[in-house]
Amino acid sequence: MFQVTLQHFLVLSAILFSLGVYGIVTRKNAVMVLMGIELILNAANINFVAFAKFGNFGFGGQMYALFVIVLAAAEAAIALAIVLNIYKTFTNVNIDEIDNLKE
Amino acid sequence: MNYYDILFYLFAIITLVSAGFVVTTRNVIYSAFFLLFTFFGVAGIYVLLAADFIAVVQIMVYVGGILILLLFGVMLTNKITNVDIRTGTGNLLPASIAVGLLMGALVSVMIYTGWKVQPGEVPDTSIKQLGALLITDYLLIFELLGILLLIALIGAASIARRDKE
Amino acid sequence: MSESLLVNLSIAILFLPLLGFATVVIWGKRFPKLYLLEVGIITVAFLISLFVMFAKLSYFPKDIISEFTWITLGNAPNDGVINIDLGIKIDNLTVLMLFVVNLISMLVHYFSVEYMHGDKRYTRYFSYLGLFTFSMLGIVLTHNILMMYIFWELVGVSSYLLIGFWFEKKSAADASKKAFIVNRIGDIGMFIGILILFTNYHTFTFDTIFEQIKNGVIPFGNNAWLTAAGILIFMGAVGKSAQFPLHVWLPDAMEGPTPVSALIHAATMVAAGVYLVTRIFVLLTADAMLVIAVVGAFTAFVAATIAITQNDIKKVLAYSTVSQLGYMIMSLGVGAYAFAFFHLVTHAFFKACLFLGSGSVIHAMHHEQDIRKMGGLKKKMPLTYATFLISTLAISGVPLTSGFLSKDGILAGTLAFGKLTGHWLIPILAFTVAGLTAFYMFRLVILTFHGEARDHHKFDHAHESPKLMVTPLIILAALSIFIWYTPNPIGADNGWFLKSWVKTPHQVTPDETRFSFMVEKQNHEVSKEEHGEIVNSLEYTETMHWAHYKAMFGSLAVAGLGILLSFMFYQWKKIDADNLANKIKALYNFSLNKWYLDELYDATAVSGTLNTGKGLSWFDQKIVDGAVNGSAWLTRFTSKLSGLFDTYVVDGLVNFSALLSGFVGLNFRKLQTGKVQTYVVFVVFAVIILLIFFKPF
Repeated sequence: MFQVTLQHFLVLSAILFSLGVYGIVTRKNAVMVLMGIELILNAANINFVAFAKFGNFGFGGQMYALFVIVLAAAEAAIALAIVLNIYKTFTNVNIDEIDNLKE
Repeated sequence: MNYYDILFYLFAIITLVSAGFVVTTRNVIYSAFFLLFTFFGVAGIYVLLAADFIAVVQIMVYVGGILILLLFGVMLTNKITNVDIRTGTGNLLPASIAVGLLMGALVSVMIYTGWKVQPGEVPDTSIKQLGALLITDYLLIFELLGILLLIALIGAASIARRDKE
Repeated sequence: MSESLLVNLSIAILFLPLLGFATVVIWGKRFPKLYLLEVGIITVAFLISLFVMFAKLSYFPKDIISEFTWITLGNAPNDGVINIDLGIKIDNLTVLMLFVVNLISMLVHYFSVEYMHGDKRYTRYFSYLGLFTFSMLGIVLTHNILMMYIFWELVGVSSYLLIGFWFEKKSAADASKKAFIVNRIGDIGMFIGILILFTNYHTFTFDTIFEQIKNGVIPFGNNAWLTAAGILIFMGAVGKSAQFPLHVWLPDAMEGPTPVSALIHAATMVAAGVYLVTRIFVLLTADAMLVIAVVGAFTAFVAATIAITQNDIKKVLAYSTVSQLGYMIMSLGVGAYAFAFFHLVTHAFFKACLFLGSGSVIHAMHHEQDIRKMGGLKKKMPLTYATFLISTLAISGVPLTSGFLSKDGILAGTLAFGKLTGHWLIPILAFTVAGLTAFYMFRLVILTFHGEARDHHKFDHAHESPKLMVTPLIILAALSIFIWYTPNPIGADNGWFLKSWVKTPHQVTPDETRFSFMVEKQNHEVSKEEHGEIVNSLEYTETMHWAHYKAMFGSLAVAGLGILLSFMFYQWKKIDADNLANKIKALYNFSLNKWYLDELYDATAVSGTLNTGKGLSWFDQKIVDGAVNGSAWLTRFTSKLSGLFDTYVVDGLVNFSALLSGFVGLNFRKLQTGKVQTYVVFVVFAVIILLIFFKPF
């Protein structure tokens, strides 16, 4: 039970993923939402690396984890630029007040 | 329980507890700092998974780059008088129910699926193989990522400085 | 020096102008000085092509082919794997054409720098020139007919752009459209021809096709199809090289800027058609060659008769171009392959010189093109006059010029052809055209440069063109002298151009489909030269010798006669031209109005299309609409019945369902909050439902 196996890592990542979703759904501040997204990406990465170790797939998993990190960096930069733009337009970043999509 | 297991639980607890704080505390700055601990925890997990290079990259990119970027985002989008920058929350009840169900479903999937475990040889360090792969099999992706980063750089700059008209 | 170096250099020559085009088109608006880059690029391309030409001619007797597989079609029914190759072929023809195209393109670039100065789309003009040069070089370099077709169309597009360069003028816009559409007609034939070859040989590569024909593979097992393929591909040349009956676009194309006329409509693009025929020469059967010869001879004659009466300096040159192209095509048709290509090269130089010279005149006269308003320009523009005169001598076939050599060869070829096959009409037409050419060209020179000025206002303002415009003229005029092609001024047969550079290739068609004189005798009398390159039977060689001096004296006689007549009409005024024109009014008008061909096409093809449209419209309105109206009445009746049904039964249902959906919609629209996070919650629920549904645990 306490012997660490693949399942332990997967469960860890599942919980981390769920926490990320929770963050995305509940926080009003756009920057906080971004933090939730980072948590989700980390959860996915843990899965990649875990399978890479336990699955004997060579280094493919680690490779993709690397690529995910790079993408996360790009995503964070772009997302923050968008957030700044939103701030300029609406003078706040509370995404529940930005509902121009409605009607 | 050997050292490996103890370390795993240690890092898992650091990761999950700080992640929990990240998504629950109302103070944005606190959240950011808890996120720092989460990232460290995940880096530790990577080490346990024999992915030393990924762990280093995790710390350098996430802590050194993304987290700083997020902090800048916080600072630039609030009228700062002190560190106490609050954020509102919403959807608490439906979100809790949904996420709880999701977590249950996912965790049970992870536990009850019959994973075929087939551990390969674990080298002392992964950096050499990763480096070789990066300029052989994954060269195209590597180059594309470079271009993507450049585009993101230019795009972010141009989006952020667009003036209101 | 290796073959791959030559290949790489040739590819560089090909893509340099494209680079120039792309750069100038993208950044030309921001940096108007970029046209200098285009001019520089074309100069570099020319220097490389000069090097490639000398290297190929001196050190590589064999053809160089470099290719790669572009597309592999696997598992075609019956035929297995089909590879479509792209590549380039460098033989003597190619390098000579590379040199000609690049040289003239470069000179035209220089000329245009002055000529087009102050035009509002100045940089764009140079980018179009780059695009055109690229397409033309593509035609020259390619080793397969598919790429040739692609570049063929690209040439069409760039010529469309250049003819319509001053598209604000309606006539220019119309001319560009006309050129494009008329060319399309020829290209349809070419395309069908290509497909016939591809269907049978599963390749586009020239050499592979020829190899298979040589091994006795005939399209659909019938020699008639081979003839058909040859004639259909030749149709492409009919369009591009302005052969009768598709020659009507070329005179109209003179609406474009004059340097463009020199580049496209004198030296390169129209020569592409001739070049195409030289490329497919070996698969032409006797029937196809006869068709080609007749079309060429007839074109030469028609255009020459029209050129006599035209008064626009560029129109005269345009018809003279059509006429000379007809000459080349005719020459290919009668089997005088090498002389056709020889004439292509010499004609490119002196006709480009003539066009640029006319550009210089037009520039000096402030865009006056009517030769009746010129005259006496000799004193004002001595250099332009001198170069123009040399080129005129060349095109008229006066000894010591390049034109004399090539024309003489073609005339000898037609004469030999007449003797061997009995088709005497072709040499008769050819000699007539030679006389007419001398006549109308000297008419042009005399009216433009000699005598007294007829428009004093414009004459007083005329001046010699700047150095940048005159230098190309001098270079081109110098290239119209015999010495570049052969050391012997009265016969080119033993000069290096025909002796070692251009040789008639072996026909690959089955013996029974060739002219008897083109069949190599197997056991004896094969007049073999080194590499076994010569094709024709001894009989043909002897007839050519027989024809040589006859053709030379004949051509001298007719050219002399033409020149003499011209001087009598226009210089010394011994014979009153207007008077004569009045006496044979009908003939004069026939020629002046270009044989009424445009009117004929308007009356047949164009209005035929319109009338078909009208007929279809009538059919539509009376028959189709009548049927429709009849059915409409029936429909109205039934619809009344169904209307009642509709109002009570269907509407009842519809209204009910509308009410229902309205009720549902009103309630469900509250789901659309516009808040992203709400949507995320929905997504999470959806995922959970999916998880439960598929029960993966």
